[in-house]
Amino acid sequence: MEINKDLIAASSTPIVLGILAEGDSYGYAIIKRVRELSGGHLEWTDGMLYPVLHRLERLGYVEARWEVAESGRRRKYYRITSRGRAQLAEERRQWQAVDETLRGLWSALSIAIRYGDVASTPVPQGV
Amino acid sequence: MQDPDQDESLERQIDQWRSYLRRRQAIHSVDVAELEDHLREQIAALVDGGLAPDEAFLVAVKRMGELDALSREFAREHSERLWKQLVMPASESGEPPRARTEAIVAVCLAAAAALAIKLPALFGISLDEDLGFYARNLSFFVLPLLVGYFVWKRRADRATLRWPAAGFVGAALLANVFPFAPQGYTEALTALHLPIALWVVVGTTYAGGRWSDGAGRMDFIRFSGELFIYYVLIALGGGVLSAFSALIFQAIAVDIEPFLESWLLPCGAMGAVVIGSWLVEAKQSVIENMAPVLTRLFAPLFAAVLLTFLATLLWTGRGVDIERNVLIAFDLLLVLVLGLLLYSVSAREPQAPPGAFDVLQVVLVVGALLADAVALWAIAARISEFGFSPNRVAALGMNVILLVNLAWSALLYIRFLRGRGPFSDLERWQTDYLPVYAIWAAIVVIAFPPLFGYI
Repeated sequence: MEINKDLIAASSTPIVLGILAEGDSYGYAIIKRVRELSGGHLEWTDGMLYPVLHRLERLGYVEARWEVAESGRRRKYYRITSRGRAQLAEERRQWQAVDETLRGLWSALSIAIRYGDVASTPVPQGV
Repeated sequence: MQDPDQDESLERQIDQWRSYLRRRQAIHSVDVAELEDHLREQIAALVDGGLAPDEAFLVAVKRMGELDALSREFAREHSERLWKQLVMPASESGEPPRARTEAIVAVCLAAAAALAIKLPALFGISLDEDLGFYARNLSFFVLPLLVGYFVWKRRADRATLRWPAAGFVGAALLANVFPFAPQGYTEALTALHLPIALWVVVGTTYAGGRWSDGAGRMDFIRFSGELFIYYVLIALGGGVLSAFSALIFQAIAVDIEPFLESWLLPCGAMGAVVIGSWLVEAKQSVIENMAPVLTRLFAPLFAAVLLTFLATLLWTGRGVDIERNVLIAFDLLLVLVLGLLLYSVSAREPQAPPGAFDVLQVVLVVGALLADAVALWAIAARISEFGFSPNRVAALGMNVILLVNLAWSALLYIRFLRGRGPFSDLERWQTDYLPVYAIWAAIVVIAFPPLFGYI
């Protein structure tokens, strides 16, 4: 299953903020965590994460700092700020609203399918 | 255990990938470092999973995404990076802290220059009464500080400073020891020519050890043109500042014109030289040079004016009216055409084949030469009538120097157009000619006052 680009773009902010709310992290680890969480369904192009991180940094949701990692390389770590937490809470409310709407719809549809209503409902033509 | 050969080839591949990234304007070097860390981590994980290093590299690069798409995404987030910024806080863009030190040094030197011009006032030499003193010494208030800036910037060693220092001290002595007649011709000539001679001395410190090299002198020519443009821009800003402050203080019935005249104008004029130089140095690789752009814009217009002038001259058959300032006017014309030629040469790719703009340049130079020849002819015919005044000799000398330069340039240019010589000949001719202006200016400063009795 491939999730479409718009959906990935829209969900990137809450996902990244959510992962950073678990603890400070850096690009590669964030991508790894996304893969783990989504069971491999959310395939991000690795490089695209960085413009997202930079946007969140510009908006003041995350802070970046350079540290020397155990590998000896310089690595840029990100940390969520209080504004970022507020934004995450806001995103969460919005996504929950979307989720609830869809859930309601899915269950209504599955009931309809069970009673065979969908098959008899005329499908609009020529849209 | 990893094979060292494979490690080496991996490093080479990563180097190449990094250099591709660096070419993208929207991706700064800090971002490249961040992406590289990601790439290496990914490769390490893939190698741990059993892939060979070069396979791991390919997979990791693929996962990173296409460079075009990536740089587009970066450009969308950092759109300001597509506008080349000159005055930027150096902290986050990964530039070395030296940029900030340089800004501080430049501002301090500019402040020193601004104070230097007020120093004589402490000894009772005021700008209103001793204009001659200020005119003769104008170079000494700011140029030594500019030299100091370049010495600091190029980390020049003291030994190379001996000649410029000697030049400045000698010039300062001459300018102040000669018994000039008040407001005389020779004093005005000294005031005009001293900065030209000393500017070339500044050039030797600008170029550091590269003055003997044609490329070093060409860099100084580029620098001078850009500095001129920046200076004009700063002066415009200063004019707006003065007008604005005069207006608002007028509203509360306070006359600040004396302050503007005796402080803002002279101090600003001095400080702006150093600030302008610093900006030109800082922007050098950041922003397109302006002088060649203006050259492109104005060379055709000047060529059109000159051709029309020559055609009108021929058509009407009028002689050139020898007025007091006509020689100066033709000198200025030659300086202008030389400037247009110089700055288009400075920006031209030497290997490019001759084009339409090159033909236009030749037309411009030849037009200027013809116009000047007409003027010189008229002047030569009547110069015995006037006799030799210091002004006339100085103007004539300058005219001859410029004429020789332009005539030879036209010859070299035509040879290049006909495919008989490389463009670099013209470039070398121009850079080799620089000392000639300095020597002539020095002659005017050193020999003219005693020769003409300090009138």
